[in-house]
Amino acid sequence: MARTMAEEVARARVMPPPVVRIKDLRKSFGELEVLRGINLEIEAGETLVVIGPSGSGKSTLLRCTNYLETPTFGSVEVEGVPFALPKASRRAQERHLNKMRAQVGMVFQRFNLFPHKTALTNVMEGLLVVRGMNRAEAEERATAMLELVGLSDKLHTYPAQLSGGQQQRVAITRALVMEPKVMLFDEATSALDPELIEEVLAVMRKLANDGLTMIVVTHEMEFARDVARQVMFMDDGVIVEQATPEEMFSSPQHERTKLFLKKILRS
Amino acid sequence: MSGFDFALIVEYLPDFWRGARATIFYSLTSLGLAVAIGLVMALCRMSQFVLLRLMARGYIDAIRGTPALIQIFFVYFGLPMFGLNLSAPTAAVIALGINSGGYLAEIFRAGIMGVDSGQTEAGRSLGMSYGKTMWRITLPQAALLVVPPAAGEFTNLVKGTSLLSTISVSELTRVAQQIVGVTFRPIEAYVAIGVVYYCLNAIIAQGAVWLERWLRKSQGLE
Repeated sequence: MARTMAEEVARARVMPPPVVRIKDLRKSFGELEVLRGINLEIEAGETLVVIGPSGSGKSTLLRCTNYLETPTFGSVEVEGVPFALPKASRRAQERHLNKMRAQVGMVFQRFNLFPHKTALTNVMEGLLVVRGMNRAEAEERATAMLELVGLSDKLHTYPAQLSGGQQQRVAITRALVMEPKVMLFDEATSALDPELIEEVLAVMRKLANDGLTMIVVTHEMEFARDVARQVMFMDDGVIVEQATPEEMFSSPQHERTKLFLKKILRS
Repeated sequence: MSGFDFALIVEYLPDFWRGARATIFYSLTSLGLAVAIGLVMALCRMSQFVLLRLMARGYIDAIRGTPALIQIFFVYFGLPMFGLNLSAPTAAVIALGINSGGYLAEIFRAGIMGVDSGQTEAGRSLGMSYGKTMWRITLPQAALLVVPPAAGEFTNLVKGTSLLSTISVSELTRVAQQIVGVTFRPIEAYVAIGVVYYCLNAIIAQGAVWLERWLRKSQGLE
């Protein structure tokens, strides 16, 4: 329902803006429209799990959320600040983008750790380059964070010598150390051997319980059931339905959702 | 004509040494210029600005599409027509640097594109700027991919310095020609400088192996 200007102002005074607000987000690659009008809001401390068949636009949605992909239409805001500055010069827009991205952590399916840097210096990189922190302080912070994810004995190890699960935990730490307002997980466990998935999920579970705001694209339905505040089912570039995990898994409303869940829960 | 006369080579050893030093000097200075030009052109070639892309593309095509000898003549004999008089040594370094830069640009571009795009995305998602990501994340990894083909280009550059004899720069080939002019014995002089060129390039090849090993080590890959 549309609100009047006065109501809007009153509301803004009482309620802080949502951590992430996405309005009518559309993204096309050439002729192909991958996202066809996504609206979503996520409040502080919430974990939103996005599920859906491959090619449904889940990853593109995440990649638009930190502007790794520039949306074709629509807006993305973090704590009320939009990514796009339509009137800004190219340079100012670029600087603004960097500032915004530093507040949004991203964890990739294939880890994307910097192979020429150790676990420790991977985690320090953002602190040094983006936050402008001095080396001693950055090292202290990065060390402490890596200890929290159980990697205190791997500080000086290069990614090539780490297991997939360890690499992903370093990657999570690399994003987390920036103290982002929201973390995006793009199929963070899909590239892992089955026996390594749990150690990464355990870290993600802990983060969710600690009140980190997260958007998680995953095929791990058990994780969705246990951790998500909201589960969103996407198909063909739209949100088909969004519900609490209980509702989503016990009584999905749409035929497409039922079909997808049936397929994925059987395996 | 008697057989191969080693004594002749020994007799002119100081001259060969002078020529070899000049060849090394022109190779290294041109290489420095070429690396700078190559890097800038590689980045321009991948720029989001059409004009920069076209400029780099035109430069690379012109350099690779014409003989190095013509480029040297153009810089040394051609530029004075536009009021730019360069000494032979200066013209030599500029011409070879511009020439080799065209080849290095494509080698560097291939190296940069060979780095997984996820690396750039990881850097950018931390809030790093394009420049910082390029400098700290992409280029160090590209360096590893670039060493073997760039070393090959460097050996071409060393051999290319022999073209400078045509604009009276006293490098190895020029020295040999002068010796032949006095002794009328081409075989000795040209075999001698052939061996020097070969040795210089053998050093480059071995240097590239060491450099690659060092890079791999410093990046935790060994």
